[in-house]
Amino acid sequence: MNFILKMAWRDSRASRRRLVLFSFSVVLGIAALVAIGSLGSNLERAIDDQAKGLLGADLIITGRSPLSEAGREHVATVATEIAAEVSFTSMMAFPTANNLTRLVNVRAVEGNFPFYGDFVTAPADAPARLRAGGDVAIVEETLLRQFDAKVGDTVKLGTSAFTVVGALQKLPGESSALAATMAPRALIPRSALAATGLAERNVLVRHRTMLRLPPERIPVLVEADLRQFFRGEGVGFDTVAERKRNLGRVLDNIGNFLGLVGFVALFLGAIGIASAIHVYVRQKITTVAVLRCLGATARQSFSVYLVQGVALGIFGAVVGAALGLALQLVLPRLLGDLLPFDVQFFIAWPAVARGMGAGLVICVLFTLLPLLAVRRVSPLVALRSAFAERTASDPWRIAIMGFIVVAVAGFSIWQTGKVRDGLGFTAVLGAGFGILGALAKLTAWSARRWFPRRAPYVVRQGVANLYRPNNRTVLLLLSLGLGTFLMLTLFLTRTTLLREIEFTGGGGRPNLLLFDIQDDQLDGVRKTAEAEGAPVLVQAPIVTMKIAAVKGKKVEEILRTARERPDAGDAQARRDGERGKGRKGAGERGASGDRVPGWLLRREYRSSYRGTLEGTERLVSGKFVGRVEPGEAVVPVSLEESLCKDLGLQLGDEIEWDVQGVPIRSRVASVRAVEWRRLEPNFYAVFPLGVLESAPKFHVAALRATDAAHSARVQRTLVAAFPNVTAIDLALVMQTVDGIFSKVAFVIEFMAAFTVLTGVIVLVGAVATGRFQRVRETVLLRTLGATRRQLWQIQLVEYAILGVLAAVVGSVLAIAGNALVAHFVFKIAPSAPVLLPFIAVVAVSAVTVLTGLLSSRGVANHPPLEVLRQET
Amino acid sequence: MTAQSMLKVQRLTKTYATAAGPLTVLKEVDFDLGRGASLAIVGPSGSGKTTLLGLCAGLDQPSGGTVELAGESIGELSEDARALVRNAHVGFVFQNFQLIPTLTALENVLVPVELRGDASTKLRAGGGMSVAEEEARGLLTRVGLGERCDHYPVQLSGGEQQRVALARAFMNRPKILFCDEPTGNLDGDTAHAMVELIFGLNHEKQTTLVLVTHDPDLAKRCQRILRLKGGAVIGDERI
Repeated sequence: MNFILKMAWRDSRASRRRLVLFSFSVVLGIAALVAIGSLGSNLERAIDDQAKGLLGADLIITGRSPLSEAGREHVATVATEIAAEVSFTSMMAFPTANNLTRLVNVRAVEGNFPFYGDFVTAPADAPARLRAGGDVAIVEETLLRQFDAKVGDTVKLGTSAFTVVGALQKLPGESSALAATMAPRALIPRSALAATGLAERNVLVRHRTMLRLPPERIPVLVEADLRQFFRGEGVGFDTVAERKRNLGRVLDNIGNFLGLVGFVALFLGAIGIASAIHVYVRQKITTVAVLRCLGATARQSFSVYLVQGVALGIFGAVVGAALGLALQLVLPRLLGDLLPFDVQFFIAWPAVARGMGAGLVICVLFTLLPLLAVRRVSPLVALRSAFAERTASDPWRIAIMGFIVVAVAGFSIWQTGKVRDGLGFTAVLGAGFGILGALAKLTAWSARRWFPRRAPYVVRQGVANLYRPNNRTVLLLLSLGLGTFLMLTLFLTRTTLLREIEFTGGGGRPNLLLFDIQDDQLDGVRKTAEAEGAPVLVQAPIVTMKIAAVKGKKVEEILRTARERPDAGDAQARRDGERGKGRKGAGERGASGDRVPGWLLRREYRSSYRGTLEGTERLVSGKFVGRVEPGEAVVPVSLEESLCKDLGLQLGDEIEWDVQGVPIRSRVASVRAVEWRRLEPNFYAVFPLGVLESAPKFHVAALRATDAAHSARVQRTLVAAFPNVTAIDLALVMQTVDGIFSKVAFVIEFMAAFTVLTGVIVLVGAVATGRFQRVRETVLLRTLGATRRQLWQIQLVEYAILGVLAAVVGSVLAIAGNALVAHFVFKIAPSAPVLLPFIAVVAVSAVTVLTGLLSSRGVANHPPLEVLRQET
Repeated sequence: MTAQSMLKVQRLTKTYATAAGPLTVLKEVDFDLGRGASLAIVGPSGSGKTTLLGLCAGLDQPSGGTVELAGESIGELSEDARALVRNAHVGFVFQNFQLIPTLTALENVLVPVELRGDASTKLRAGGGMSVAEEEARGLLTRVGLGERCDHYPVQLSGGEQQRVALARAFMNRPKILFCDEPTGNLDGDTAHAMVELIFGLNHEKQTTLVLVTHDPDLAKRCQRILRLKGGAVIGDERI
């Protein structure tokens, strides 16, 4: 052992600078892994905090009736703070505007809701005055503007008069409610509700109990407990996790993306170290042979270099972890205002330890593979340097490769958090390795088979370098090809995800919704909005209707059958609490035999008609029919996919609608996926043109205002010209969503850039270390009279062939990899910019050739003897 | 093999498998060498000299026949077992010196004993220097390089490197010394000095010497000359 350590230390003397260079790829790989683990924990917390602001509480219980006494007592045992709200729609009168009335969404609130996020009013002290009680109200700012009402004015609700204490600009937990009610909000103290006399008369009262939980309580577990407790009481639940789910796949995918980055970063590092060690070992063969002659066993000589490899791994892990942490700590200071959010960074030590451990294990395993060659070095090499190495299969090699596959799969599963994804990553990496290995063999074989005998000497020499003994074809094609493959896959995935974010939260989205536009006002609204610099971006007619029959079976009949079933519950409450979770389990059985939620059959649908799909929609199946001839007996309609699923409908099934007393038969012609989170007018059922034009309807329009002042001006002008039109400003609601997406986009951009940097260093390292394999013959050629230009040209031919081949095949693999990752991991359509792979091919080829030429410059510029003395 | 026999070779054959079929590079060679004896293997290039040396030193396995080195039959031993035999009984001097470039002259000389784990355990009483180090320095002084102990191979001339290699070869007190063209890369004067050292130390340490050479004068310094051609022995002269 003493000899092994001593020899490892002494032997590294002349190569320490080179070994440090080798370790760069490992350092960066582990730094990325540590940074991802730690930064990921930080950002997850930041995003969670912001998502809490969307809900305003840790958990909200919803229902059609207040909680029972026992229920309130139970809730009090789990929550640190409770707030309550009763809401319904009612008419509000404005005495200052000649007692004009408007349908509003009344919220009678009690307690300190919201617990998280911003309750924004003008003036800012309005929430405190509301909580203090009395006959005060906070009214939607757009509504006040519409009636030219001001803070201090009086408004009437039922039999009570309220003093307006503030204009409501933003209230957490509202985005989906806005879309549901399409009515401006008016907040009053709960204590003032009874006096209005409205709550008793209103059948559509909704109760919400908002909970703040102690930090150690996990909302999902509390929800499960409460769900059990309130079983059969018809209550629903809303959580932060649910709100995050409603924001779409983007938030789920940030975790998946970070997993992919960790995987890519570490394997880039592993490829870098494996290729460097491969070259290093080749240079050490004579030393090993001499040691063997002097009596060193295979184990002793192998151990000498294993110690160096492990030391390199430890060095990489320690320096990498330090760099990863430094990066995370220094980043906010370096970037300052450029950071799109304020994150309190903390060091996530478990993430650091995991990153270092995984990095060390993967690096040592990848180092072992080339090191195995040391065990097979014959002492005869000391007598004859040309002595061929033994090529018999090595059981240890097979064992190490098995270990590597298991370690890669284990790391991938750990990194992605999913067995299927982890095994998929491993399989794709293995396939890439196999394809590039086969390409290397094919390249060497082709170069020999179709050798360009009539080409100039430098071309022949360059091509011959591809298959001659001691060639770099396998090494460079594998390292450059895998590097390109991993880097470009990451970059393409980044583009795919950023497009998804841009689609969800891009700057051009509408942020001002106009409701109740009548047919004869439509042109006027359009012109007025355009004149104010906010043209209508989206406009849709809305026709209200109910379902009359599904697949020939009347709704009443389906509901009657269901009532006879004992397990039918309050489906409406379930809708409130279980949006997006699947609604089966309580309700009626559809014609197909599946249960259909009763509320889906009873509710009023706001449907639209148009000739084409909108940008928020994607055709899932069937054919979207844009127009039919008037008088069509069975109208082809397009249904939203979840509705279709819940009603148990398939393409071609019939559904009969009751359009305000007029029966209309339809068949499902197409199924659409809808991006509901875009806060734009979207519909469950879309009819073709030529059917509903003459039905009673109103229109909804969406505009984009540049800022708050612009929005106020547009609203004022529109409301003055069209008093019945209601405007809802979504800008502040959207800011919260945008804040989350900007974080996600930043993380994706940053981690992608950092990992690509690792990849470039790996590529440069692989090419630069390759020069040691060519030193002797380059010096010989120089001695025999080759000019510097000729040496460069020989290298150029070899590097250009290898660089272009690796880049092209790596890019093709990356396009396939991106498609697989997008489909199976992110569950979105892959973005495939044509230019990006092309740029990658040019860049990787250029980096290869330039690095190759620059690294061989020293060999060509110095006297041969000096070079030989330094390099060997 | 007699009690004095140090190297006994019987019907030694080496065949390589090639694309064109089996290629026999050494055919049924026999000889026996006693303790302190010296043998020169001579012949034209490709006659099998280096192959014979490699097989005798246990660097390779024969295809047929046997090799007994210091009383041990090494033909059937594994590579690691042969390594232990080499470490215990054999010293090497190569044509191209084969010093480890990352080690100083002293460290190169110490390698054989360090491999055994002997180098640092036996410390001289009251001194920082181990027995092995003192011995290595003594050997380097003996070959005229006492002042160059801390120099790396690149800082030494060819003749000096070969002298370090000779000191290394004697460091483990070998019973038999194998030299492959020991003066092949040296000029006349340096070669002469080197030959004197080899034979001087050989005599001094009572080591059996086997050397491969093209130099007839050097061959004549040995007690016996084995002539090879086409892998077969064509002459065995005792001087």
